[in-house]
Amino acid sequence: MSIMKDRMLLIIFAAFVLAAPLIFAPTGAAYPDLLQRFAIYGIFAIGFNILFGLTGYLSFGHAAFLGVGSYAAVWMFKLLSMNIIPALILSVIIAGVFSLLIGYISLRRSGIYFSILTLAFAQMSYNLAYSVLTPLTNGETGLQLRLDDARILDTSLAAGELPSTNLFGLPMKEVFWNPTILGYELQFNWGYYVCALLLILSFWISIRIFRSPFGLMLRAIKTNQTRLNYTGISTRPYTLAAFVISGMFAGLAGGLLASMDPLAGAERMQWTVGGEVVLMVVLGGMGTLIGPILGAVFIKYFENIFSKINEGVLHGWVAFLPEWLDNIFVTIVSPFVGKGWHLTLGALFMIVVIFLPGGLVDGAKRIGRGITGANRREAKAGKK
Amino acid sequence: MGILEVQNVNKRFGGLQALNNVNLDVEKGSVHALIGPNGAGKSTFLNCLIGKLKPDTGSVQFDGQPVLGKKAHEINQLGVSRVFQTPEIFSDLTVFENVMIPCFAHRDGAFKVNAFAKVLRDKEIRDKAEHILEDMGMKEKMNAHSGSLSRGDKRRLEMAMCLVQDPKLLLLDEPTAGMARADTNNTIDLLKHIGETRGITKVIIEHDMHVVFSLATTISVLAQGAIIAEGLPEEIKGHPKVREAYLGEAEV
Repeated sequence: MSIMKDRMLLIIFAAFVLAAPLIFAPTGAAYPDLLQRFAIYGIFAIGFNILFGLTGYLSFGHAAFLGVGSYAAVWMFKLLSMNIIPALILSVIIAGVFSLLIGYISLRRSGIYFSILTLAFAQMSYNLAYSVLTPLTNGETGLQLRLDDARILDTSLAAGELPSTNLFGLPMKEVFWNPTILGYELQFNWGYYVCALLLILSFWISIRIFRSPFGLMLRAIKTNQTRLNYTGISTRPYTLAAFVISGMFAGLAGGLLASMDPLAGAERMQWTVGGEVVLMVVLGGMGTLIGPILGAVFIKYFENIFSKINEGVLHGWVAFLPEWLDNIFVTIVSPFVGKGWHLTLGALFMIVVIFLPGGLVDGAKRIGRGITGANRREAKAGKK
Repeated sequence: MGILEVQNVNKRFGGLQALNNVNLDVEKGSVHALIGPNGAGKSTFLNCLIGKLKPDTGSVQFDGQPVLGKKAHEINQLGVSRVFQTPEIFSDLTVFENVMIPCFAHRDGAFKVNAFAKVLRDKEIRDKAEHILEDMGMKEKMNAHSGSLSRGDKRRLEMAMCLVQDPKLLLLDEPTAGMARADTNNTIDLLKHIGETRGITKVIIEHDMHVVFSLATTISVLAQGAIIAEGLPEEIKGHPKVREAYLGEAEV
């Protein structure tokens, strides 16, 4: 029964993701760059949730794997080919190796000590990328494509033209269909659909892991590690496997970021990025399947759309009011939008953590239960 | 040859000789009770058996294999299960999931990445888990959240989790501590039931004489870190040293 439910969930999810350019049109978020970000950070959060949501190990260091993935991808673009496939493969592998190393050391401790260790590693990688590793990372400028890069598999280009990333000739930047539906000008873009397919694949993997004996052990680790040890399970390899899997997801996300826009900078490794993914998972609902993606979309939406609402836009919204009321409204609301979007996000985060510990998914469930509960009561009343 | 052989185990914490040359031989199929007053070293002894503490000297052999220096999960994989003083269960998971975990551990070993198998499609594990729950009278509660069970049910669940692994040796650390008389009697019945149907060797550490004399086939008495007497329940009851060290506190 539950297997059927999972299949339905996957199908609905896939339909939603594939139709996203249409669905997000009324919200003003349906431009390729942002949709790609939704999907990429969705992948990042899905992976993070496998570690944090299932085992409860809170890592602040996953930004390092995102950054490593990006660097690996850009190096593939420079040396091998502008096709994104080898780039994505390498970024997943390199991130996997990195997370194996960092995880092996960090997982010797649990709780807050584990978190601090991962944080330390991430900051170390960030600082190394800026300083010692400049030949690999190009320091502050960030790693970029150049005209004289080798690209041994690609045919030579016209002089002075930088090649664009592609999937067997489909350019990531290209908008392949540009219809106007219901008055919205839609943009269907190859890059987004690559991200979308990988997001659906990641979601499917996450469902499988959640329902597997492996996933059951990870949840058991979160609940009672002592009992698990006395049940004959060696917990360390399980946590390490979860750590590496989530690190590889982060690497994939990093590789995709570079595939959509081929440059990689050290700021992607900063701990704030690792903190952001924690927010995404907690906000959406840790340990739930769909929660991390909701959280990712939510935060990226705030960051990109909410932050663009300035006083002019606000005045436009309430232009029908008398001027003095209009001014009062704008004065009250403006600190919360535009540059102040962090304030709203922070307040929202606090509300969720305090009143909805299960995140947005929990909230949706409660609303759903409220509605069906109300229906049942109505049905009962009708019988009488 | 007993299934569990403990020879000359010593453990010292600073100035305190917690275990003093302890020898213990547990016969296969027996119910061996270890009793003694508070601070006698019962828990220290148990922790030495399961790999939580390492004794200073001595040897512990289980089923012909040395267990000292082995980790908790390795000792469990040899066939030793443990019931704790306060039930240790996976309280965020359902009763059914709680029982399936030891099934997987028993079949698949200490570590296996089966990230693409489906728990619910694994008929062997499901049947085994359902069977043990039925046996323990918990089948109707199998989808309940295990954290919300009553204390007696939690203890029952923990037993089920141990038994489903078909252990060769079951260690019980004060299984009735803090229980009301009715719950204690239920636990005694449960343990008797397990003994009759499965014939598992059991080592019980217990304070409650009622429980000890209802279940044990052999009793060892530990006082100040040393075994002062060992024998059948009747012998122990009348043993002068035991009366002095322990039973004298409350006439039995």
